[in-house]
Amino acid sequence: MMAIFEYAPAPESRDVVDIKPSYGLFINGEFTDGSGPSFKTVNPATEEPLAEIASATSDDVDRAVQAARKAFGVWSALPGAERAKYLFRIARIIQERARELAVLESLDNGKPIRESRDVDLPLVAAHFFYYAGWADKLEYAGFGRRTTNGQGGTKPLGVAGQVIPWNFPLLMLAWKIAPALACGNTVVLKPAETTPLTALLFAEICRQADLPPGVVNIVTGAGDTGAAVVAHPDVNKVAFTGSTEVGRIIARTVAGTDKKLTLELGGKAANIVFEDAAIDQAVEGIVNGIFFNQGHVCCAGSRLLVQESIQDELLAALKRRMGTLRVGDPLDKNTDVGAINSAAQLAKIRELSEIGESEGAERWSPACELPDKGFWFPPTVFTGVAQSHTIARDEIFGPVLSVLTFRTPAEAVEKANNTPYGLSAGIWTEKGSRILWMADKLRAGVVWANTFNKFDPASPFGGYKESGYGREGGLLGLEAYLDV
Amino acid sequence: MSRLSVRKTYKLYIGGAFPRSESGRSYPVTSPKGEFLANASRASRKDARDAVVAARKAFPGWSGATPYNRGQILYRVAEMLEGRRAQFAEELAQSGQGGKKAALEAVDATVDRLVWYAGWSDKIASVHGAANPVAGPYFNLSSPEPTGVVAIVAPADPLLGLVSVVAPVIVTGNTCVVVASEPSPLAAITLAEVLATSDLPGGVVNVLTGRQAELAPWLAAHMDVNGLDLTGVADADLALQCEQAAAENLKRVLRPVQEDWTADPGIGRMTRFLETKTVWHPVGI
Amino acid sequence: MEDTALVGDAVMVSTMTTSLADVAASGATLRAFLHGLPGVDRVGADQRAATLGTRSIKTTAKAKAIDLAISMVDLTTLEGADTAGKVRAMCTKAVRPGGDAPKVAAVCVYPDLVAVAAEAVRGSGVKVASVATAFPSGRSSLEVKVSDTALAVAAGADEIDMVIDRGAFLSGDYLKVFEEIVAVKAACGDAHLKVILETGELATYDNVRRASWLAMLAGADFIKTSTGKVSPAATLPVTLIMLEAVRDFRDATGRQVGVKPAGGIRTTKDAIKHLVLVNETAGDDWLTPEWFRLGASSLLNDLLMQRQKLATGRYAGPDYFTLD
Repeated sequence: MMAIFEYAPAPESRDVVDIKPSYGLFINGEFTDGSGPSFKTVNPATEEPLAEIASATSDDVDRAVQAARKAFGVWSALPGAERAKYLFRIARIIQERARELAVLESLDNGKPIRESRDVDLPLVAAHFFYYAGWADKLEYAGFGRRTTNGQGGTKPLGVAGQVIPWNFPLLMLAWKIAPALACGNTVVLKPAETTPLTALLFAEICRQADLPPGVVNIVTGAGDTGAAVVAHPDVNKVAFTGSTEVGRIIARTVAGTDKKLTLELGGKAANIVFEDAAIDQAVEGIVNGIFFNQGHVCCAGSRLLVQESIQDELLAALKRRMGTLRVGDPLDKNTDVGAINSAAQLAKIRELSEIGESEGAERWSPACELPDKGFWFPPTVFTGVAQSHTIARDEIFGPVLSVLTFRTPAEAVEKANNTPYGLSAGIWTEKGSRILWMADKLRAGVVWANTFNKFDPASPFGGYKESGYGREGGLLGLEAYLDV
Repeated sequence: MSRLSVRKTYKLYIGGAFPRSESGRSYPVTSPKGEFLANASRASRKDARDAVVAARKAFPGWSGATPYNRGQILYRVAEMLEGRRAQFAEELAQSGQGGKKAALEAVDATVDRLVWYAGWSDKIASVHGAANPVAGPYFNLSSPEPTGVVAIVAPADPLLGLVSVVAPVIVTGNTCVVVASEPSPLAAITLAEVLATSDLPGGVVNVLTGRQAELAPWLAAHMDVNGLDLTGVADADLALQCEQAAAENLKRVLRPVQEDWTADPGIGRMTRFLETKTVWHPVGI
Repeated sequence: MEDTALVGDAVMVSTMTTSLADVAASGATLRAFLHGLPGVDRVGADQRAATLGTRSIKTTAKAKAIDLAISMVDLTTLEGADTAGKVRAMCTKAVRPGGDAPKVAAVCVYPDLVAVAAEAVRGSGVKVASVATAFPSGRSSLEVKVSDTALAVAAGADEIDMVIDRGAFLSGDYLKVFEEIVAVKAACGDAHLKVILETGELATYDNVRRASWLAMLAGADFIKTSTGKVSPAATLPVTLIMLEAVRDFRDATGRQVGVKPAGGIRTTKDAIKHLVLVNETAGDDWLTPEWFRLGASSLLNDLLMQRQKLATGRYAGPDYFTLD
């Protein structure tokens, strides 16, 4: 039966963005060829190739680091107020070109335009605005005067090598570049192999802003390129967002050097719903927690811990709500869940889901038609999950929710903390003292109470344990880019 | 006939108790001139393991204690140390850490350092936390929390150096396993006697004596250790090996540093082993 | 499936152990039930409504939505200056809004003008709704409220839009509110009863949810946001919470109750946002004039203008639409 109120397709126009057939590396303010074999970036919703991307070898990375080193002298010597104005300028250009960037992000990443338009891009601009304001106020950031043992002060580190993931390509770029530049560092940034396009458009924005050459360098490529950035001897600071597995390798690589390291890695967050929760908002929080950005979120609420007394009611409400999720064309303004970013990621999600089934958890997805081409996975919930199930422990990084139950607050805390990760957690209850008790006990860097997946440039983000170290955002985000 | 003195047996300090090494081993500690001072326990990897278990067990209670309480206890440690000023000075002087005067100065500096850190217990959250003005109807607060169990390789300076690395770790609520200076471990065990009588819960500080090269790698690789302070590791290869091992569970690592222990310590040694927790809540009626 | 809620066969609400039939046995049981309903987090509800408000309804979907919205309008005039002439003019528009646009659902007037309206729409299928019960404040005796209702019903009203006693509600006297609704419902006879919660005076979303359940338990056929005399009137989050309430009430009791946002819905965009809420919260069963209404006056012309824009491809001008 046809629904009474069927939404007609409402595609965002692709015409606002002009994708070139091929892109080089952005080094010293110029686009240059890469020495490695170029590769294609594809639209994961259609598998259509979008552009040919240069690949940076370690020689290219060396050129980029040299450019950044040279620029560091100039950039770090600029008065903070001048650096601030460059960053404000960049923030403004991002706002002016927001639609173009949002469309490009959705094309390259597969995320719904509603999210790239209403979440990613506003946060990207806000991040540059936020750190722009810090550039001339570092003396007030509370790191104190420099001691004779070399602590405190406002000294930048030098050249920052930054490697970012594919789930929030431009937002992660902003999280890395804005504080680095505000503190007086210069950067060599490697975007993810599958999502380089917005970083390359950002390079163009740096030129529009007349940013001095070499302050921002973008080197595209695969894991080798990232490894070259991390290992380069003239890099003073390494910042990485990505998997815990790669994070470990990076920590080992920088061991024994003077490089400062911050890592923002994986997670397996518990989203804990008590029987007295505001149920409708909790359901929204669960949905937003795991299906936002196709679940490609390190802080995703991938483990739902629901109090046994309300599990039937909550699951019924959750499934009903999942039935209204609109999966499909990322450029359609009414799409809630877009494409999985790559074939490799899709294979991983499928594999872990199959393990979930084979280990005895019960799998459910709403009826939804998936496009024939492209990489797709339906919103999925597993019930009857135990802590010992693989899907309760491994990060799936996809739209797959594992549901577990608990009886008491203490049991909820115990299960929530029973993981090597510690990035985020959610609490849903109408009782204030319980929220604060839970928040105190949960070993996670971000605790969302009666909300989930909220981000802000003023709010520090980062994990405990194997979710990494260091914080991005807020005053504490400066620490990662200052020699304090 | 002069009286034969009663010598002290220097044991380990684990979980509030003073056991010998389970290995039954010890090693002779001598003054720089080569005079025999005492036999110190030579801790094994199993002692290190037991120490980590004790530290982990103590963590919920210690990190859950009020900052005021932790400050009181650290101050109490300072009081106890002050009371044993002469004993520590003599021990330091015997082990060749300068003359009597220098040793007394070192003890005084150690007491002062403890007092300094004791006062930080209920202030670090104000200095290193933040109310974050987010763009939306949310209350948003960042506060520092202890990382967990921290393994510390103490520097050569047997008392001031030791306290300068231990106090900042525990004042914020971490618990620790500290490997004392290998050549000068005796002050560390005497300090443990002070800790044991200062209301500090057992397991908050665990002291191992023995071979740095033998113990540090086990602690660096231990999957239930959250932080690693390599301050006292002089051997660059050992430091590298430890830092690499620490990567396995992403320990927070403080690399070896040459530090002037008499200088203003700053807050870096505290913040290094602090996590930041940020809590969001909607604001609405 | 109507009117089965209060038959006493122990219909269970999942959050409660009492049967719904016993809920209003006393002030205490009623209070316990209403305060046992899940809370509403304001920020979360606002965000959900705002997100649904970003749905992009274009082309064929928009055309369909506009006609659906027109057919759901309760075309309203509730002014002290209302006259028979004004009401007749409005009724003419209600029956034949213009071109091939569908007729509206109902006209809504004060009780003394019900007879005029009933005469004007006779045979058209457009219903006559009347506000009653000392509208808009409700500050009178139950006796007056019941006779106000009886007057409107006797004059030919098909639907009665009553107001609840917000003073009693806010002071915690839920039983008084309940009993008034029951009494007015009895006075309605065959007329449908819409219960106006005046959400702008209830202040919190928790209260909106409680008042919704209270009205439904007492026998409301519809729950309605506002009188239109208090600001804020119908906001998207309030409509969302009321839609959740009717959805959950039907799950619990099997009885379907309608929803009517009223006041402040002036543009096609506003109307379509409300339809999106219905679609994604309560679902298809509520997407008919029988179960969802939009209380409005100036909205109708904007719907007609947008309708013409879709038909002609040109933006419309107000000179081409009647002011009634």
